[in-house]
Amino acid sequence: MRFSPLVAIVLGALLFGVSAPWWLGAYFLGVFTVAYYFGVFAMSWDLLFGFAGEVNFGPTFLIGLGAYGAGLLNTAGWPIPLCLAGGALAAVVGGVALALPALRLRGPYFGLITLVAVLLLLDCIVIFAGVTGGEIGMMVPDVLSISARVNYWYAFGFLVISGAILFGLSRSSLGLILQATGQDRIEAAALGFNVTKHKLAAFVISALFSGLAGGMLTFYEGTASVDTVVDLSIAVQIIIAVVFGGRRTILGGVLGSVFLVLFDELLRPIGQLNTFVVSAIALLVILFLPDGVLGVLLRPQEGR
Amino acid sequence: MAAPLLDVAGLTKRFGGLVAVKDVGFAIAPGEILGLIGPNGSGKSTVMKLVMGIEKPNAGRVLLEGIDVAGWPTHRIARAGIGIVFQHSRPLNRQTVFENIKLALLPDSLLKLVAAPEVAARARAIAERVGLGGVLDRRPPTLPFADLRRLEMAKALARDPRVVLIDEPFAGLTQAEVATFSELIDGFRRDGRAVLLVDHNVKSVARLVDRVLAMYLGERIAEGSAEHVMQDATVRRVYIGGAIETHPRKEIDARGGEPLLDVRDLEVFYGKAQALQKVSLHVRAGEFVSVVGLNGAGKTTLFNAISGLVPYSGAIRWDGAALAGRSPAAIARGGVVQCPETRELFGQMSVRENLDLGGQHLAAGERDRQLAWLLDLFPILRARERQQAGTLSGGEQQMLAIARALMMQPRLLILDEPTLGLAPVILEQLSKALGRLRDTTPITVLLGEQNVTFALPHADRVYVLEHARVVWEGDPGRFAADMGAGYL
Repeated sequence: MRFSPLVAIVLGALLFGVSAPWWLGAYFLGVFTVAYYFGVFAMSWDLLFGFAGEVNFGPTFLIGLGAYGAGLLNTAGWPIPLCLAGGALAAVVGGVALALPALRLRGPYFGLITLVAVLLLLDCIVIFAGVTGGEIGMMVPDVLSISARVNYWYAFGFLVISGAILFGLSRSSLGLILQATGQDRIEAAALGFNVTKHKLAAFVISALFSGLAGGMLTFYEGTASVDTVVDLSIAVQIIIAVVFGGRRTILGGVLGSVFLVLFDELLRPIGQLNTFVVSAIALLVILFLPDGVLGVLLRPQEGR
Repeated sequence: MAAPLLDVAGLTKRFGGLVAVKDVGFAIAPGEILGLIGPNGSGKSTVMKLVMGIEKPNAGRVLLEGIDVAGWPTHRIARAGIGIVFQHSRPLNRQTVFENIKLALLPDSLLKLVAAPEVAARARAIAERVGLGGVLDRRPPTLPFADLRRLEMAKALARDPRVVLIDEPFAGLTQAEVATFSELIDGFRRDGRAVLLVDHNVKSVARLVDRVLAMYLGERIAEGSAEHVMQDATVRRVYIGGAIETHPRKEIDARGGEPLLDVRDLEVFYGKAQALQKVSLHVRAGEFVSVVGLNGAGKTTLFNAISGLVPYSGAIRWDGAALAGRSPAAIARGGVVQCPETRELFGQMSVRENLDLGGQHLAAGERDRQLAWLLDLFPILRARERQQAGTLSGGEQQMLAIARALMMQPRLLILDEPTLGLAPVILEQLSKALGRLRDTTPITVLLGEQNVTFALPHADRVYVLEHARVVWEGDPGRFAADMGAGYL
């Protein structure tokens, strides 16, 4: 591949990420740690929306299953790696159970079902407050590390590996077929592609990474709570992050996540207004740059 | 004759109470090209979708080399060896032409993430064959329309299908391009594939096909050579109607005054396809003007431009003022009311509610008078007043659509193909209503029709639209002599 803006952006971001622990304080390392997990949420969501063309309004259903699945296993005494695997499995199983019937529906119904799934998960967490901690949240016995630096490296490494895999998939034959099914399922089927099979695969991959990231986030924060991994406002943030960064780019979601989380933190001194300002900026970008930041930066290369 | 590659029998498809395809059958041998023709709403596209599995047939069989694939999901039918060239190309715009062709060559597998090495070579070979060799690295949005159609051909070819279905192969192409595409399709024949061409009329596919099957209202009406089908009495009745009648009006013949509607040098493009080319026409107050032309000639586009629904170049003047820049709603309020081909009724509202909506802007007394007059004009609507519009028959729906348009008290009523999909007996009722409308009111009408017998009786003047251009203009009385033979 020739040298393109994308390569420059990725190299710049990697340089920033690798060097950050040497010049950023523990506090901001923590902010980026959270932003990186959000980045994986966003990339997983973009694979489903930008490529398979399905709007999943409930990414937090998958994230929540991963987070709470991992947390519950940890409470039962399992070691962290096994908990993460178990949480990811829970997200995949839940995702398939949701997607199998939902993918048969056309139009806005898929999105509505995913929305309802989040509400159902919320209800379950509250009903089984005895094991899940209900609205207060669930403390987990283990954490990844107590060092901000180590936690940062975990998150950064996870982001880079997930990004490489998801981006690679998006540029592979599978990504090409997914885009075709997302754009016109009839034409894709007429070319001999089993549309449901491919969309389900996208959903499983999305669920796998969402669930893993949800579990990692839980072991970073030492707690899984409705407000951090399940609430619909989290889902909205993920969606905004992808659209802000540029849908159908996979990597744009990371850009959007870092922007949302970082500015939310930087603007904290202005009090309650911070969320408002961040949302307003995101709204302006979505209104005037519908292709997102990365979409615009890459446009000359995409040869519009 | 060789055993047929594709053998279809007893194909039937119902949508609710509507029988879209009724007991249709045909066979295509290797190296044979069959034309499937019929006007809009005849069911020809549904037949194509049934063969491809995009719709599931209610009855019938689709034998592909002896295996019944009827009711299979589309991707399995595609894998079994049937390919389709869609009329509207929707390529992946962010991928190159090469990648778009490559897509069609990929296996239906989740695990093969990297395309096999021979795929690239095959994609190149196919691109060369359809004439895309020079634009492999371009992205579809930068390509001319004909190249986008070539890309669709390439994608269908990539699957190496034994049966190829092609939807309106020549729509939007220039004469020179039509020749190239004919040559491409002829190439399919030489490969020994069975080809089904679906089109509105015989004329466009006549030189290419071995046989033609004509459909109307879901049924087969004729089959045979292109000449035979063109001469067939039923086909001629469907396309041209029966004997042409005209009813000239003397008082209108006083040709004078400023035209109410004046269209000059109108040009419209859909993306890169030119839908109208330098079209000029005018309508005077009180006139009944018919625009006749086969499906795809540009009638709907012309009306949509007048109604402000599509961007255009050229001038459209209404009552002395330019319409450019006015919103569709403002144009409709200004007195230009279109009754679209698709009818656009509110299917879940009652007949009465649909009519009331059309009369929203009228004063109460005025509305009641208008309603009473319309229910007299279309007595059937009075009987159906409380019925849901969506449950009416096709003819009743058309009458309701016209009545709703008239509720707006238009100065110019534009009727786009009101006969679409209607049985002959309904046409007669509709025609009588139009006659009464013309004779009892001062209304100005612009009627677009494929069915000449329906379009001519009430017309004061006629325009013939063909391939995006006005090719004839004159009195209905002269139409038969000048155009009669050449129209189909």
